[in-house]
This record gives sequence, structure tokens and C-alpha cells, in this order.
Amino acid sequence: MRLYLLCFILFLVGLYGVLTRRNIIKIIIGLTFMEFSTFLFLIIIGYIEGGVAPILSKTVEYTRFVDPLPQAMVLTAIVIALATNAMLLAIAVKLYKKYGTFDIRKINNLKG
Amino acid sequence: MSSFIPLFVIIPLAAAFLIPIIGRFIEGFQRTFSSVVFAFLSFLSFYFMFSNDQDMYTYMIGGWEPVNGIPVAICFTLDGLTAFMLTIISLISFFAAFYAISYIKRFTAENNFYALFCLMVGGMNGVVLTGDLFNLFVFLEIAVIASYALVAFGIGKNELEASFKYQVLGGMASILILFGIGMIYWKTKTLNIADVSSILSTAQQDSYLLFTQIIFIAGFGLKAALMPFHAWLPDAHSSAPSPISAMLSGVLIKAIGIYSIIRLFFNMFPLSTEISTIIIILGTVSMVLGVFLAVGQWDIKRLLAYHSISQMGYVVLGVGIGMMILVNGGNQSVAALSIAGGLFHLINHAVFKGLLFLNAGAIEYETGTRDLKEMGGLSEYMPVTYSTSLGASMAISGIPPFNGFFSKLVIILAAIKGKFYFLAVLAILVSIITLASFLKFQKFSFFNKQRDPGSKKISEVPFFMCFSMIGLAILCLGLSLLIFPGIRETILNPAVDALINTNGYVSSIIDQ
Repeated sequence: MRLYLLCFILFLVGLYGVLTRRNIIKIIIGLTFMEFSTFLFLIIIGYIEGGVAPILSKTVEYTRFVDPLPQAMVLTAIVIALATNAMLLAIAVKLYKKYGTFDIRKINNLKG
Repeated sequence: MSSFIPLFVIIPLAAAFLIPIIGRFIEGFQRTFSSVVFAFLSFLSFYFMFSNDQDMYTYMIGGWEPVNGIPVAICFTLDGLTAFMLTIISLISFFAAFYAISYIKRFTAENNFYALFCLMVGGMNGVVLTGDLFNLFVFLEIAVIASYALVAFGIGKNELEASFKYQVLGGMASILILFGIGMIYWKTKTLNIADVSSILSTAQQDSYLLFTQIIFIAGFGLKAALMPFHAWLPDAHSSAPSPISAMLSGVLIKAIGIYSIIRLFFNMFPLSTEISTIIIILGTVSMVLGVFLAVGQWDIKRLLAYHSISQMGYVVLGVGIGMMILVNGGNQSVAALSIAGGLFHLINHAVFKGLLFLNAGAIEYETGTRDLKEMGGLSEYMPVTYSTSLGASMAISGIPPFNGFFSKLVIILAAIKGKFYFLAVLAILVSIITLASFLKFQKFSFFNKQRDPGSKKISEVPFFMCFSMIGLAILCLGLSLLIFPGIRETILNPAVDALINTNGYVSSIIDQ
């Protein structure tokens, strides 16, 4: 239970960063925190008490393996998160070139 | 026939790979090839829509055989609703790609534009085809990452800002969806939608399940831009290049937002009163507030974007009323009528909103402005744009021979038959306000005296743009035929049956 709570706190830290920071880069960091807390959550739900890495071999006879499917899911999700982060940072660089600032209060052309 | 199903994903992805490579050496390859690809996909989806030999086609990726009747591989499923969505996606993307041939010449990096376009279509086709929750997430991300890049395609101040806003909110939505998938996996230890459904059907409707459902509604609601989650939509849709606005507004929010909500809440989760109430409330709020926000806009594309929120409200309202009637054990035929109205409005909205965005793009292409106050008297110079946009405006505001009238009529009739009188009155009022705001659009863009003649000579747009607009305008009229029995039974009813018959989805995938 403690692990889930820590995971949730990490999520809240990220949410706090996204909601309160004014700097674009810090918003992106907050978003990354939220993503990673979700990945941790997925890993934790696949964990079985006392389980080992799910590698089958003829010599070792373990009966308790952790669930490998969430691990495969998280690997895929990390690659996706890499793509979104790269895209976000590319946009942030372009925004800095156009506006000369990372402050979102000054980047407010679109209203209404 | 089932072996043709993966082509819907493979062909656009392969095109996205080939276009930047071959397009560099052969001039014009990217333009012709993308149109050919989408035309082929349209034919394929028409074939699946009109073939009646099987209710559901399934395809196991990698050829993994089901164990005890339960698929272990990622499976692609194609039933009535999927075929319906695939047809919308392929048709609108064909017209938008054809329109882009002339429109996108102003931009550099044409190859990248078409590659991202194909990637987006491949992702959307994957979302509507897949029968696996995590696979749905992966395809959804493919579609939205391509759309982030396409929104920022103009690399101006506004485009970058809109894309950043869209990405932050879209990123949040993806996190919520992934979290919800984790919750489902925790409870059921499976990711196949049919398998999850058969496990959940015996489970209690407890707070755990309700929490998961709300997480999913928030996640997909953000993607579909329902009202409390709509903040990114007006910026993103008005800043994108016009063919992309037509795709985003016409197809993307439906394929990854509305479709996922409908599929998951009808076919995966057990139906419940709480969720159907939430869906009806979300639909009503976006329908009413969206139109009020739209009336005050002077930027054409921003006005159209707010109307997208409002019209999506109609779709969600229709589907939600059907769900509510099913939950309460009411008359099945009224529920079917209501859902049919929602889906009918979904295809109609894809057509007329796509057309309106293409019209807005044509006006911007010729006059160089999107502000209604700076244009006027365009009906003399641009007869094709004028007549097609008049048709689309009448369709969206619900004037009789056009398709929008019939779908709104069906939704309102279903609301009255289901005893939701207040919602029926609201739907009529919203339709009237929609008419008012489109009268404003027509008057200021096409009829008023031109304020500043300017140095630039305004004439009709090139052939490719005209062709797409005329094609969609004909569809606007032609789709009203869907109301007639006979045509309705082949196109709308399979999609409605897939939703009404909530156990049919499970039984046709498991133990086949």
C-alpha cells in the first residue's frame, strides 16, 4: 500500500508542477513526472510478493514469477513518452525563438 | 476476407514511410500517392460496409490461436460500428488530401506534411479496429503525436502556442487513459476488450469500477473535447492548416474520442445509471455552452471550432439517451432510434464540418485573412466556395433537404419518445442559435460590401480545392438519403446493432 501511496504522491508533484509553474520547461518536467508515476503504478501492479524476473530456463525451477505483461506495456509506453517529450521540447525551442521567453504569461496570442 | 483487415493500418503506415523517401527524388509523388492511398482505403471500407455475409470479422495478429476460445494475441475486430467509422475516416481523409494538393503548395516540407497525414490516418484506423486496450492506447498516441506536429505545421507564433497547449492537455489525457488501462488490468488480468467485458459482466458495480470509468471519461473526454475539457480545441483547430482542421474536427475527435467512449462504455463496461447520467450531462453542457461561445467569434475557423464542440454535444446526447433507456430497461426501439440519431449526426458532422473548414481555407487562401470583419462581397468572386458553404451552413443549422436536419430530427424525436422533454427543447434552441451564427458567417463573408478592395485580385480557388468542396457538398445532400428505410438498414443499423446488442460483441470474439 505504501508503494501505491508514494506513486500517487509523485503524480501529485507532477500535477502541482504543471498547474503552478510559469516556465514552459518546468511544465514539461511536471508532465514527465506524471507520466513516470503512471509507469511506476503499472510496474507495481505486476509485482507479486517474492516473485523473480520471468525468465524461463531448464536449470532453474522457480514457480513464482512477477507478471511480465505490465513490464512489456511500460517499455512501450516509455518509448511513446519519449516521442511526446521530444515533440514538446522541439515546440518549446521554437517558442523560445519566436517569443524570446519561456514564460507562459507572455505567450498569450490566442484568446477567446 | 478477414485477412484484408490489417491493410487499413499497414497501407497508411507504409505510405508514411515511403513518402519522405521517394518524394525526395520524384516530383509530385507525395501528392498523387497519398490521394491514391486514401481512395483505395475508401473502396476497401465501402466493401466491408456493404458486405453482409458476416457480423464480425476478426484477425489475430501474428497468427496466435485463441486459448480456450479467448484470444491471446492482439486482435483486430471489424463489426458494423467499426466499418461505419472506417468509411468516415477514409472518405474525409481522401477529400482533405485531394484539397491539400493545391493548398499546401504555400508551405515548405510538403513531404513531411503528407507523411504525418498518413501517420495520423493509420493511427485512427488502428484505434477503431483494435480489440485490445493497450493497443488502442498505442494507436491513439500515433494519431495524436502526428496531429501535434500537424497543428504546429505553420511554425508561426499562434501555431506553436496552440500546439503547446494541445500537447500539455493531450499528454494529461494520455496519462489518464494509461492509468485507467492499468486499473482495468489490475482488476481483470487481461487486456482484450471482449475478455474484460465477460469478466466485468459478473462483477459488482462497485466504487473501484466507477472510479475507473470516470478516469476513462476524463481521458477520452479530453481527446473528444467535451465541454469542461475543451480548452485546447478552438486554438488547435483554428491554427492548423485548413485540410488538417477538417481532419481534426471532422474525424480525429470522433475516431479517438467519441468512438472510444461509445465502444468502451457499451461493449466493455456493464451499463450503469451513473455513467449514462454523466454522459448525458457532458453532452448537454457541451451542446449548449459551445454554441454560446461560438456566436461571439469573429475568426471564421475559431467560430467553426466552437461549433464542433456544440455538434459533438448532439452526438453524445443521442448516444447517452440511448444508453439511459437501455439501462432503465425501456423500449429497445426508442434506444435504437436515439443511438441511430447520434451516429447519423456523427457522419453528417464529419461531412459538413469538413466542408466548412475547407471553405474557410479557400477564403483564407484567396483573401489572406480569417477575420469576418475584413471580408465581404465574396459571393461574386468565389461562386463555388459560396454555394458549397451555403449548403454546409444550411446542413449544420438543420434546414430541410440537407442531412443535418434529419439527424437532429431523429435525436429530438428520440428524446421526446424517451420522455427527456427538457433536453429536446434545449436541442431545438441550440439549433436555432446555430442558424443565427451561420447567418452571421454567410452575411459578413459573402454578402456585405467589400470594405477594402485591396491590390490582390480575388478569384475562384484552383481545381483540386473546388473538386473536394463540391464532392463534400454532394455528400451533404446525399447523406440525407440515409433516413429512408432500405438504405438505413444497410448502413446505420449494423452500427446500432453492434451497440444495442451489448453481449454480441463478446460472444462473437470469444468461443468462435
